[in-house]
Amino acid sequence: MKRVAVCAVAQHKCDSNIWQKRFQGMLLDVLEDIKEQTGMNFSEEGGVKSIVSASDDVFDARTISDNGMTDVLGAHYREEEKMAQEGLNGLGYAMSVILSGHEDAVYVAGHCKESQGESRNMCTNLSYDPFYGRAMGLDYTNVAALQARAYMEKSGLTEEQLAKVVVRAREWAAKNPYANATKQVELGEVMYSPMLCDPIRTMHAYPVSDGAVGFLLASEEKAHEFTDNPVWLTGFGCCMDSYFLGDRDLASNFALKRAAARAYKMAGITDVRKSVNLVEVMDCFAYQQPMWLEGLGFCGDGEGGQFIDDEGPAKYNVNLSGGMLAGNPVMTGGLYRAAEAVLQLMGKAGDHQAADVNCAVAQSTTGGAGQFHTVLVLEK
Amino acid sequence: MEISYENTKDCKVMTGKMALPNQYFAGRVGSKFIIALRDEHKILGVRCEKCNKVFVPPREYCEKCLSKLDESWVELSNEGVITNYTVVNYNDKHLPRRAPYILALVKVDGADTPFPHIVEGIDVEDVKVGMKVKAVFAEETTNTIRDLDHFEPL
Repeated sequence: MKRVAVCAVAQHKCDSNIWQKRFQGMLLDVLEDIKEQTGMNFSEEGGVKSIVSASDDVFDARTISDNGMTDVLGAHYREEEKMAQEGLNGLGYAMSVILSGHEDAVYVAGHCKESQGESRNMCTNLSYDPFYGRAMGLDYTNVAALQARAYMEKSGLTEEQLAKVVVRAREWAAKNPYANATKQVELGEVMYSPMLCDPIRTMHAYPVSDGAVGFLLASEEKAHEFTDNPVWLTGFGCCMDSYFLGDRDLASNFALKRAAARAYKMAGITDVRKSVNLVEVMDCFAYQQPMWLEGLGFCGDGEGGQFIDDEGPAKYNVNLSGGMLAGNPVMTGGLYRAAEAVLQLMGKAGDHQAADVNCAVAQSTTGGAGQFHTVLVLEK
Repeated sequence: MEISYENTKDCKVMTGKMALPNQYFAGRVGSKFIIALRDEHKILGVRCEKCNKVFVPPREYCEKCLSKLDESWVELSNEGVITNYTVVNYNDKHLPRRAPYILALVKVDGADTPFPHIVEGIDVEDVKVGMKVKAVFAEETTNTIRDLDHFEPL
C-alpha cells in the first residue's frame, strides 16, 4: 500500500487573545515556517498544487472564510478545499488526495481565534437546531457537563482524579513553547475552583485560545524532496454519533470506539496497548482525558478513573504537549494533537521529548459531548 | 512566531455583530410536534415498530432501521423523570435563564429518549437523577420547545 508522509509541521504559539494579529497573519507565519523547514514552493513544476484549509465560519465571523485568505495558504490559482469539520479531518482528506494518486504533495493549514467572538459558548450554541437545542441554550460546555456526569457515574471518576489530570497537563504545558495555559496549579486549587457547569469546574475547562497550525504532506516518492526524517500517517478513521443528545448513551464512547477501530484496522494495529507509545487526545474538559483514552482502548470500559491513579497517562505518554487543557482553539485542536505527535516521532519535541516513540495516536472531537470523533495513527 | 504585545501601532480592532433575520422550516413532523405543544399542551413522539422505540423529538425516519415514522404518532405523558442534569453556573446571551439554573435530560413517560429541558421549582442543590417531574407550559408562544416552559417536581 502507498504511504503518506508528514514532512514538516509548524505551530503558532497559542494565547487567549492575540488581538493584534489577524488569523491571516498567523497562517502566514505558519506557512513561512514550513517553507523554511522544507523548501516547499508552489510552482507549476514540482510544487504543491493542492491545499486543505480548516476553519470555522462562525468563529471567523465570515462565511466561506477560506476564500479571502488563499494567499496565505499558497492556494492562489490552485486547488483548495475547506474542512469545516474538526481540523484533524483535514489531514484525513489530504491523505486521501495522496493515496488516490490525485496529487503527490498537499499543504494543510488550520486556524481559529476563539477570542474574536464575545463568547465561544454563543458560537457553539449556533451548532444546534433552532427548535430543540438552540432554544434550550445548549452549547458545548453545558452539553459536556451532562456527559461528564454520565461518565463520572459510570467510571467512578473522582474530583481528585480530575484535578490530577489538570495539574499534570499544566506541568507538561510548561515545557511546550506553543501551549497557552502554563501557570502551575495544585490539586486543591483545581478541586475547589468554582463550578462552571456542575460537575465541570472552571479549572476543568480549556482556556479560550487563538492559534494556527500547518502541515506538509507528501507521497512516499516525493517526501525525500522535503525531509530526511518523515513521519508516516498509517491509519485514519472517524465516526458520527446521533445528533439528539437523548438518542445517545453519553458515557459509551460509541463514535470514538468506531473511529478508533477504523484507524487501527487501516494501520494494522491489533493491540493498541502494545503498539502505541504516545497519545494525544483532545481533552477540552478534564473528564474527557480518561474518557477518550478509554474509548481509544488504553483501559477497559469504565476504568478511566482508575487509569489516572495507575499512572496510565505517564505509561502511554499521553498529552506531553499539555493537551487541549493547556489551550488550543477548537477546530485546530486535533491538528495541534497531530503536530505534537509528529514532533515526538521526529525527535524534535525539545524539553518534552519522550524516549523511544515509534507509534502515536492523535484524536479529535467536535459536536457537543463528543458527537463526532477522529483518530489518526502516526508512525516513525 | 513570537507574539509581540509591545508594538501595537496601527492596530485597529473592528467591532461587529452577526445578525441575520432568517426562516427555518420545522419540517412536517417538527411542525406537528410544535403545534401540538403550543395549542394542546401535548408532547408527541413517534414510534418505530421495528425497533420498538419511541423517539422524542419526533423525526421522519428511524435512525437505526430507516423505517418511515411520520404516521406512527404517540401521545406522551406530561410527566417524566430526570435522567441526567447539570447546574449551569455561567450567564450568557444564548441561555434561557439566569445562572444558576438546572438543565436536565427529561424522559417523559411513554418515551424511550430523554430530551434537554429546564427544571425549576426546586433548589439547584436538591436536583437528583431519578426525580419525577411534570411539564409546565408557557403563557406566550415562541414556536419552539420552549412552549413547554420548564419541568417542575411532581
